[in-house]
Amino acid sequence: MRFRSPLRGPWLTSVFAVVLLVGMPILVITGLLDRVAYGPGQGLPGDVGLLQLPPFDWPTRPSWLFRLTQGLHVGLGIVLVPVVLAKLWSVIPKLFAWPPVRSPAQALERGTLLLLVGSILFEIVTGLLNIQYDYAFGFSFYTGHYLGAWVFVGAFAAHVVLKSGAMVRGLRSRSLRRELATPLAGTVPEPPDEGGLVAPDPAPPTMSRRGALALVGGGSALLAALSIGQVLDGPARHLALLLPRGRTTEDGPNGFPVNRTAAAAGVAPPADWTLQLAGPTPRTFTRAELMALPQHTARLPIACVEGWSTLQTWTGVRLRDLAELAGVPRPAAASVASLEDGPFARGTLTPGQVLDPDGLLALQVNGVDLSLDHGFPARIVVPALPGVRCTKWVRSIEFREA
Amino acid sequence: MRRFTDRYGASPAHLAALLACVAPAAYAASFLLGDPALLRVLCWFVGAAVVHDLVLFPLYALADRLLTRLPVPLVNHVRVPLLGAGLTFLVFLPGIIRQGGETHLAATGLDQEPYLGRWLALVAAMFVLSGLLYAVRLLLRPRSRSRAAA
Repeated sequence: MRFRSPLRGPWLTSVFAVVLLVGMPILVITGLLDRVAYGPGQGLPGDVGLLQLPPFDWPTRPSWLFRLTQGLHVGLGIVLVPVVLAKLWSVIPKLFAWPPVRSPAQALERGTLLLLVGSILFEIVTGLLNIQYDYAFGFSFYTGHYLGAWVFVGAFAAHVVLKSGAMVRGLRSRSLRRELATPLAGTVPEPPDEGGLVAPDPAPPTMSRRGALALVGGGSALLAALSIGQVLDGPARHLALLLPRGRTTEDGPNGFPVNRTAAAAGVAPPADWTLQLAGPTPRTFTRAELMALPQHTARLPIACVEGWSTLQTWTGVRLRDLAELAGVPRPAAASVASLEDGPFARGTLTPGQVLDPDGLLALQVNGVDLSLDHGFPARIVVPALPGVRCTKWVRSIEFREA
Repeated sequence: MRRFTDRYGASPAHLAALLACVAPAAYAASFLLGDPALLRVLCWFVGAAVVHDLVLFPLYALADRLLTRLPVPLVNHVRVPLLGAGLTFLVFLPGIIRQGGETHLAATGLDQEPYLGRWLALVAAMFVLSGLLYAVRLLLRPRSRSRAAA
């Protein structure tokens, strides 16, 4: 195979590298934070030994915290896809270098490069499939994506240690400002390099270096434009033309994206539904009785692990008022159970989440009753809590004493 | 020290960095030992790299080589929308080819029906826009040349 691109070379590779050097750590950290946000003992996958951040109670403030961290994780992950592909294109001559192995050191390095390339592509593919609800891979997304991320962390760290010198030399070898001012007519190959990126027999250029950067940046901008609608409300949501969260099932006050429909969850709340409160003074409330309790309204986001989010106005009973009614004014935890079965039918809230003045058992949204798909008769809505933990179709809440 | 470097092919620091890299990967993989999903995860892990390096790259490199036979001013007016089409196809593949319709419906209450049409419209829009820009370039070029001649 002959590589003839006149644009490949250490400078161009280093430009892509520096973008990824900034972006990848943000992806890793926001991903690890997501597991913390699920709550103590509720992170997925469950047992990961040392491969986790030190546990801490996920804060409720700012209320957009999870919206930000998870939106950044998914959004940035999508936007960086063209940069990853461009970086791989820029170094691909090395994959076919001959002889393939010259020393044990090189053999080992190539093995870790397989880990690096395999893990980044694995993370991109599983992440993209997950946000589009395609589970063709047939293993737990949480387990695969989380453990794959740690393979990436190790391989990425080693790559940075071994190659950061080369990256700095590459960046210094040409002036970015001058490249941005150089049209096609003035585009010449980089001088021959030790690493073998520069083509020995380059074809005449068909694109300037600035054109190549604009092409990759344009790809990222296109993906950003097609993804940003996932986190916007109103007509701007439709910008997400090709993603599941660019549409809603209905218009009106309940017209914002649903996560797991009532039909899919197999939930049909009985007409005589009551809320059970467990604690030292167990209580039972009908929906009318809940509506008669002091109501609180808060504008809070629902933000999902798939990166989409929406800001809505919720009305309901404060969780801390319910805790007091159950006889546990300062609970150590609250265990919420749903009418549905399945992995997210039960969730535990931290004291901070129960006591937050905006922590709600919501009965209404935007001034009307919750729709069945949004959790009627009642759902949890807590600031900065991942959407999947804002349990819908609540059946009971148990407040545990400290 | 020198003997090590001669035999290994790099400094001991190189070896240390690589081992430090393999350690978390091996530790992460150890959580899948005995898991029936292990083989599938490995397949997707290695498969992702192999498909990219040995299928996707050769395909787009070949397409690009064919493309560069076009006259140079035209090349990028085809290359850019073509890459845009390929990129969006890869990233939004499940919706476009309607894969995972059942989980999509369960999660969102919606079908995947609109995505293919929307993607085709997007691709058409990119090619039309690129074609229009090319037409504008063609219209402007001879005039500036004749001016230079004058």
